[in-house]
Amino acid sequence: MPVTTIAGRDVHVDDEGFLTDPSEWDRELAAALAEAIGIEMTAEHWKIVEFLRADFATEGETATTRRVQAVGGFPVKQQFELFPKKPAKKMAYIAGLPKPRGCV
Amino acid sequence: MRRLVVIGAGTAGTMVVNKLRPKLPADEWSITVVDPAGVHYYQPGFLFLPFGIYSDRQVSKPLAPRLRKGVDLVRAAVDRVDAATRTVHLESGDELAYDYLVIASGTTPRPAETPGLAEALGGKVHEFFTYAGAGALAAELAAFGGGRVVVHVAEMPIKCPVAPLEFVFLADAYFTKRGIRDKVELTYVTPLPGAFTKPISAAYLGDMLTERAIALEPDFVVESVDGDEQVLRSFDEREIGYDLLVTIPVNMGADFVGRSGLGDELNYVPVDKHTLLSKADDRIFAIGDASDAPASKAGSVAHFSVDAFVPNFLAHVAGKAMPEKFDGHANCFIESGHGKALLIDFNYDTEPLPGTYPLPGVGPMRLLRESRLNHWGKLAFRHLYWHMLLPGRRLPVSAHMSMAGKKRPPAPPAKPASDIRIPADF
Repeated sequence: MPVTTIAGRDVHVDDEGFLTDPSEWDRELAAALAEAIGIEMTAEHWKIVEFLRADFATEGETATTRRVQAVGGFPVKQQFELFPKKPAKKMAYIAGLPKPRGCV
Repeated sequence: MRRLVVIGAGTAGTMVVNKLRPKLPADEWSITVVDPAGVHYYQPGFLFLPFGIYSDRQVSKPLAPRLRKGVDLVRAAVDRVDAATRTVHLESGDELAYDYLVIASGTTPRPAETPGLAEALGGKVHEFFTYAGAGALAAELAAFGGGRVVVHVAEMPIKCPVAPLEFVFLADAYFTKRGIRDKVELTYVTPLPGAFTKPISAAYLGDMLTERAIALEPDFVVESVDGDEQVLRSFDEREIGYDLLVTIPVNMGADFVGRSGLGDELNYVPVDKHTLLSKADDRIFAIGDASDAPASKAGSVAHFSVDAFVPNFLAHVAGKAMPEKFDGHANCFIESGHGKALLIDFNYDTEPLPGTYPLPGVGPMRLLRESRLNHWGKLAFRHLYWHMLLPGRRLPVSAHMSMAGKKRPPAPPAKPASDIRIPADF
């Protein structure tokens, strides 16, 4: 598993750069990941990221955009505004969670 | 007397009752299956109805004769399940008490989940995941003289995730045969980043779209359908115009699952993916499309999972540990038009790979490659479905996926460790 240096420390990531160990995540790391993909974290961004972290902790799966809307209360439209073009992947990337599973 | 109640007499529910009836002594167990329908549909056949390849009689048969003797059929819709009192409440007001419950109520298209779609259906917007919808689309296609045909997937997961690709391949062949392919612009619109879910098959199927001059519009999360303007709109403000839209609406599990507090946000029952036992209640299993197991929602998955479920159920009701672990095995033919098809075989851990099936090097089926034999296999499967699968007879294929015959292409060289990594498609 590749190791990469983010915000001055080594973390485990997959080939695309998604963290593979959610416990290595913290807010400083998230801010660095967000900056790398051109997103400046605001209070609204943090609310969604924190929902994703909490949901993953209980469900063991990265929430889909539908779940972030239905359970978290953040409309899909807002997710697209905050995390443009690919909200599902970008939210997971910043939250240090696996890419949402492509359902086969 | 112990009571097993199964909700749903589709592919999974019918196999469950037909396989369990001979294993559960009639003087110890009653088996009741609840379904409002009078007809059992061979749903894979819906793909062929719009192109006039199958007739109505080939895809539907009366439901009751599909069930073994000793299985009670209750023709009713379920209002809700009360897990605390182990009672199924029917919409009629009647109740069915159970000792064990199997939820096999599947998944259905929900046009109302996408703004504008329900209103637009029937005009220039069609679907083929219902019997009525496939029939209406057949009439529309026969009258179609040319223009923009858009095949669209609203959201994953859907039942039979390869069906929309098959539809667009068959449409290409259909318009070619009618001599109007040059008058038709074909576009495939998907919320996925490519033609399919996993990298190796997505690349291969993507190339097949390119060869057929079918445009691919990936990462398209639909916001609304405008039936007046004939436009599909995405959340990131793309617009795609159509003269004929063939859409696969959002799919959801049965509403009674949600009403009973047993479902997730799409009304799928959260289960252990290896045993299909509900995470919330150890008297409830969910099988087939009704569960949230991260496998394809497909008849082959239902079939292989029933093979693992039967010994597990018998052990579980005897108070023993469940011996089998379902591996997410799926085995799907993909019609590619002009009398050919592909076959893919995969599970929770292994993506669809090229190779041969079921015998290494011999086949006779080819994996992730087009062949005529694969197409004949798909057509022959309809007979197996009615006469082997549904009655619960054993098919001579393993329930567990095998790596024999599969070839994994060499992995790309590992990237060197570096600073922050960013996904290539951001």
